[in-house]
Amino acid sequence: MKRSGRMLAIYAGLALLFLHLPLLILAIFSFNVSPFTVWQGFSLHWYYAAFQDPELAESAWNSIVIAIVSTVASTVIGTLCAYGLWKRNSPVLSNSLYLSLVTPEIVTGISLLAFYQWIFRFWHVQLGMHTVILAHISFSIAFVVIVVMARLRTMDATLEEAALDLGANEWQAFRLVTLPGIWPGVIAAALLAFTVSFDDYVITSLVAGVDSETLPMAIYALARRGVSPVVNAISALIVFGLGALIVISERLRAA
Amino acid sequence: MTRLRSWFLAPSWAVMLSLFLAPLLVIVVYSFLTRGAYGGIIVAWTTESYRRLADPLYLTILGRSFWIAALATVFSLILGFPLALFISRSASRKNLYLSLVILPFWTSFLVRTYAWMFLLRDTGLINTLLERIGIIRDPLPLLYNNGAVVLGLVYSYLPFMVLPLYAALERLDPNLLEAAADLGARPLTALFRVVVPLCGPGIRAGLVLVFIPCLGAYLTPDLLGGGKSVMVGNLIQNQFTNARDWPFGSAASLVLMALVMLLLLASVRRDAKGLL
Repeated sequence: MKRSGRMLAIYAGLALLFLHLPLLILAIFSFNVSPFTVWQGFSLHWYYAAFQDPELAESAWNSIVIAIVSTVASTVIGTLCAYGLWKRNSPVLSNSLYLSLVTPEIVTGISLLAFYQWIFRFWHVQLGMHTVILAHISFSIAFVVIVVMARLRTMDATLEEAALDLGANEWQAFRLVTLPGIWPGVIAAALLAFTVSFDDYVITSLVAGVDSETLPMAIYALARRGVSPVVNAISALIVFGLGALIVISERLRAA
Repeated sequence: MTRLRSWFLAPSWAVMLSLFLAPLLVIVVYSFLTRGAYGGIIVAWTTESYRRLADPLYLTILGRSFWIAALATVFSLILGFPLALFISRSASRKNLYLSLVILPFWTSFLVRTYAWMFLLRDTGLINTLLERIGIIRDPLPLLYNNGAVVLGLVYSYLPFMVLPLYAALERLDPNLLEAAADLGARPLTALFRVVVPLCGPGIRAGLVLVFIPCLGAYLTPDLLGGGKSVMVGNLIQNQFTNARDWPFGSAASLVLMALVMLLLLASVRRDAKGLL
């Protein structure tokens, strides 16, 4: 039994290495002096180059704007939705939310693209930041609902009833009793929504216009052209940035 | 309460109807229309797009997608099961290990795929190392093939396998294993005769959760597979960009969605039965 336990630990360790080593290596080589995959010394050169690149700066800015706007919108909409569904389930709405979660991204993307193009026949606007933001709100809501709902399930529903009995109206009961209780879940959901928005490539690339290139789109274009150490540097920054957000989000969800 | 509740649900209804369900309806309609001469859409109703999907060329793509997704799912199980078992047995560091499994999943899908390009390409780390050591003279063709796609998918979706397996193993009564050992079962026998059957729903959940996103994968085969290993996702994307055959792309999307939903329904029904 003991030997098999050690075997299991080694195997599990290898599996965890498999999950983490590729990103770790990528991060290490982002500090390499040489643009080739041979270690020749430490340098921050590629980070400097990444920050100097105007195209990357613009796409990063777009990504941040899109992620912030869609995070705020989807967190508000999704939290209200989770609360409504917690009170009484609406099978059609919750099933469409689940469906939006399991639909392959490429299908979500092309259906939105087809939909936008159809609308543009009647209404002369073009693809741009607004179409990307709307798409991101749409696919983020399900994530928010799931996280907030998990938090709501730990809440005692009789607290609100007590508030109502003591003369609060429904809005006050939500605002003053339930919302403070689920607050960590709401923040966790918002961080998650920010992450999925900031990271999305497939849907975004389909519904983006000329003025709304996002950071993942810029990285994709660079990666396609061949591997550049600049991409390693941005990648490392993204992984650490988003990783920090997720760690905070997980902490809040457990809180 | 009912009135306030309907106000609370109104915004999400509005978003889901206008930005998820209506777009799906648009591609349902498009899939029955005809492609125009310059890539537009002509309102002439036909089931031509669906019939074209039965063409051997496209059936091959569908078959390849199934095969790649199945391989990725099996490898995820082989890699994920012992990991989940290990985590469920480690007493104090359980949460740390679980976070280590979940964390990479949320940190940029694109970057994680790119990391494999960095490792596998001709001048990548693996080839460079092997050349330096002197094992090979010319770089091995590691990138741009089906194997690289399977690897990328396993890497991306392994957490989806580990989490439901862990949830199932966690609930397992350790006394059962002791009983099996007392009765003379060796660890591997106990594993396959006691643990695996009792974790049926968890294993099935993991299989479905990994297989579904793999079947509809787009970015992984696009970046790691190159031109040779097209999956359904790439076919769909191509119809909406280069080929400009929107009715056909819509039909392919709907078939993919139907497959995903059938798989989900089948697994849900199976497990609902198991509970009764």
